[in-house]
Amino acid sequence: MTKEEKYSLAKWAVNHALKNGAQNAKVNIYDSQNSSVKVRAEKIDKLEQSTQSGLSISLYVDKKYSAHSTNRLNNKNELKRFIENAIEGTKFLAEDEFRTLPEPHLYFKGNEKDLSTFDNGFLSLNPQEKVNAVFNIEKEVLGKDDRIISVTASYYDGMSSSVMVTSNGFEGDRANTYYSLNASVSVKGDDARPESYWTESAIFNDQLKKEGIGEIALKRALKKIGQTKIESDKMTMIVENRLASRSLSPLISALNGSAIQQKNSFLVDELGNKIGSDKLTLIDDPFIISGRGSRLFDGEGLALKKRTIFEKGVLKSYYIDTYYGKKLKMDPTSGSTTNLVMTPGKRTMEEMIATLDRGILITGFNGGNTNGTTGDYSYGIDGFLIEKGKIVKPVSEMNITGNMKQLWMNLTEVGNDVYKNSSWRMPSLMFKDIDFSGI
Amino acid sequence: MNLNRRNFIKTSTAAAAGTMILPPFLQSYQNIQNSTDVNNYMDHFEVTTELMQKVISEAMSKGGNYADLFFEHKISNSLGLEDGKVNKAYSNVDYGVGIRVLKGDQTGYAYSETIDATSMLNAARMAANIANNPKQFSLNTVNVKAPADYYKISQKWENVSVKDKVPFVQKINDKVFELDKKVIKAKAFLWDETSYVLFYNSEGTLSYDYRPLVSFGAVCTMQRGDQIENTFSGRSYRKGFEWLSNDLVNTLAKDVVDKTNILFDATKPKAGEMPVVLGAGSSGILLHEAIGHTFEADFNRKKTSIFSDKMGKKVAENFINIIDDGTLENNRGAINIDDEGNEVKKTYLVKDGVLNSYIHDRISAQHYNVEPTGSGRRESFRYIPLPRMRSTYMEAGPHTREEIFENVDYGIYVDNFTNGQVKIGAGDFTFFVKSGYLIEKGKLTQPIKDINIIGNGPRALADISMAADDYLADNGLWTCGKDGQSIPVTMGLPTVLIKKLTVGGTNV
Repeated sequence: MTKEEKYSLAKWAVNHALKNGAQNAKVNIYDSQNSSVKVRAEKIDKLEQSTQSGLSISLYVDKKYSAHSTNRLNNKNELKRFIENAIEGTKFLAEDEFRTLPEPHLYFKGNEKDLSTFDNGFLSLNPQEKVNAVFNIEKEVLGKDDRIISVTASYYDGMSSSVMVTSNGFEGDRANTYYSLNASVSVKGDDARPESYWTESAIFNDQLKKEGIGEIALKRALKKIGQTKIESDKMTMIVENRLASRSLSPLISALNGSAIQQKNSFLVDELGNKIGSDKLTLIDDPFIISGRGSRLFDGEGLALKKRTIFEKGVLKSYYIDTYYGKKLKMDPTSGSTTNLVMTPGKRTMEEMIATLDRGILITGFNGGNTNGTTGDYSYGIDGFLIEKGKIVKPVSEMNITGNMKQLWMNLTEVGNDVYKNSSWRMPSLMFKDIDFSGI
Repeated sequence: MNLNRRNFIKTSTAAAAGTMILPPFLQSYQNIQNSTDVNNYMDHFEVTTELMQKVISEAMSKGGNYADLFFEHKISNSLGLEDGKVNKAYSNVDYGVGIRVLKGDQTGYAYSETIDATSMLNAARMAANIANNPKQFSLNTVNVKAPADYYKISQKWENVSVKDKVPFVQKINDKVFELDKKVIKAKAFLWDETSYVLFYNSEGTLSYDYRPLVSFGAVCTMQRGDQIENTFSGRSYRKGFEWLSNDLVNTLAKDVVDKTNILFDATKPKAGEMPVVLGAGSSGILLHEAIGHTFEADFNRKKTSIFSDKMGKKVAENFINIIDDGTLENNRGAINIDDEGNEVKKTYLVKDGVLNSYIHDRISAQHYNVEPTGSGRRESFRYIPLPRMRSTYMEAGPHTREEIFENVDYGIYVDNFTNGQVKIGAGDFTFFVKSGYLIEKGKLTQPIKDINIIGNGPRALADISMAADDYLADNGLWTCGKDGQSIPVTMGLPTVLIKKLTVGGTNV
């Protein structure tokens, strides 16, 4: 579908809802194309290609609310009945005074700012080039070490575009492209068969790093051979930059309007309070050019702003959407993250390791969870033991356990090595006094 | 996009997108629920055997040696309650056909959301590209394979009005508040799903299935002084509307309130290795993570699983029998036919302590030259089938629960979990304990909560030293994730003792 066709269908659906008993409606029309190539044992293991499209509609009927989606878009009569029946069904629900579309003055009003999130060359890519890139990654690894058991290399690309129309005046569209190359390598250890992987990704194909991916995955897998658990102890922990978002995620979940209003957050009534150490400064920046999370408006159509979430450990802002904003009597800020940027420190991860007397560098998480209500966490980990500034051996089959508030108060240093392959741009992080359990 | 082989399981605490309303276009089709006439399924998807044969021929035209078509129409409905009222509903309709071509163990895959000749032939041409040795293929055989009948229902979800479902969701909320004055918030949900499946392959096998699925549950938040705790409880089956009852409402409400109450006095144990007693039922998560994923044959044929060279070897005590079973009546993990048209079986993974079978899909069964186990499953027509678990459980053992406790001087007892994960190659698995107890001198003492347990699959399996005679199935909302695909599963376990696992906790 062209953008114009999407707008036309979206407006038609909104109008059909209004004509059949809804007082307000929001409609999204979206489509996407994806392809992937996976290579194993010098053969193409899997070739996948797909296109998909759909319509989703949120209905506001006599102060009642429901939302529906379908991928059957070809038959207008069927879509008409789909919307009409959805409206009829909504009438059996209870009223919810808080459920409304956003105030129109908060909507994004189209401007020409280009966040550069779409590669116009997507459709003209040569399929053979994709395949060649994957085989090249495999070649970097095959035969390089006797301990290699299996090498898988893969390529993935995707293009998605959508338009959104609401009955109180919002119209907006966006489009994104995405490319990634990955390698996963398994090697023979004593009993275990450690594996590691490495990924590069980009919004523009000509910015996708195509070399070295296999080599890094192999190097990381080989370093894991001989992993053991060590004695339980309280130690310093360094979390590698590409995993740092895993540590941050429970903190961000606790800022969500729904969690706050439902008392399922350990950060209820903490706005303005010190939650983390001075090292914790975090900005939500929707406008980074070609940022993975860059956008001009959110899922409700709210115009986005650059805002500070934590400043030197002090909580500055929650993630509040229109619905929970009304329930909490707070102004909506947008209910979801865009690009989260942690203010980096001065030293590299290697420099942090070099000055550490004893601790663990975490390079993998394995399961675990955080109790969102209390902040209590416990996660499986693997990584490396550091002694006197040096990595001495690989460790695994251990847990870290504690409370999120304490964890962020114990943030002692932030690296200068921001990981940019993600919408959450995090450097490596160092925390003191972490409870590790092993033997 | 995601190469990470973290295979995980979780219970859903929030209603997934799903719906409430009978999708109108269904009304234009015949009522084919529990129909044993494959023609009704072909009519449903508006296809004929001639058209399907043409598509298969196109899929095979580049020299593939096998092709299949997986038609699916899935209707999901969900009702949600928050702050005392059933005030939100979601629905989703997903419809399409997946076309797969195999050449040896290589896979070409494409799908179409439009089921007509042009769209299907286009998708078939894309999938065909996995092979590059063009040859003629023509198919004119049709062998109808009747599916099993593991989930009989009487009131199908498409016929149930929102009006009739709402009261159950409301009642569970009201019951939760009635049971305990400490309750400050509750959420409740009812999620139903109906899938129509039609399958045809290049061997001429034609089959079909009608898959109902329902999940019902509540989240309860309670406050005591300044302390707030919350927990989730839910059940899921392949059952119809007749399953909902006031008894079920009362059972779930009591369960979620009881489980939340335990948390107020719970603490963290000390960190380190210790004996772990797994309570009967949901502790089956141990089997899912420690053993189940690593027994999936795709990991083994690629030799990336820690169990790759253990077939026929002794991996556990003699009294241990571990099963993966897709045939349990009305079970969330049951399937009448797998997503590759194969008969679904009860598969002994470990028999009398010896590794007896992997979990196979078509590719791996051929690789190992064994009968398929009926474990080829996919999230939807958008995905290729993979070897997946269904219901994974251990048969009752020779000991009693009392004998097991008598054997523990200091350790923990756990019986409520939220999620788990495994690293296939290292064999390290984890599961997150929502609540449990310390065991001191054979007695349950201090409640514990929110800790991760980590172990190593082969060692943990060998370390199961006792199993009780109290087998219990768990019918929670377990969803298993692998390679980006989520599917419903279940599990079960008798009370067992594992000599030692590493328990998350504090260091004094």
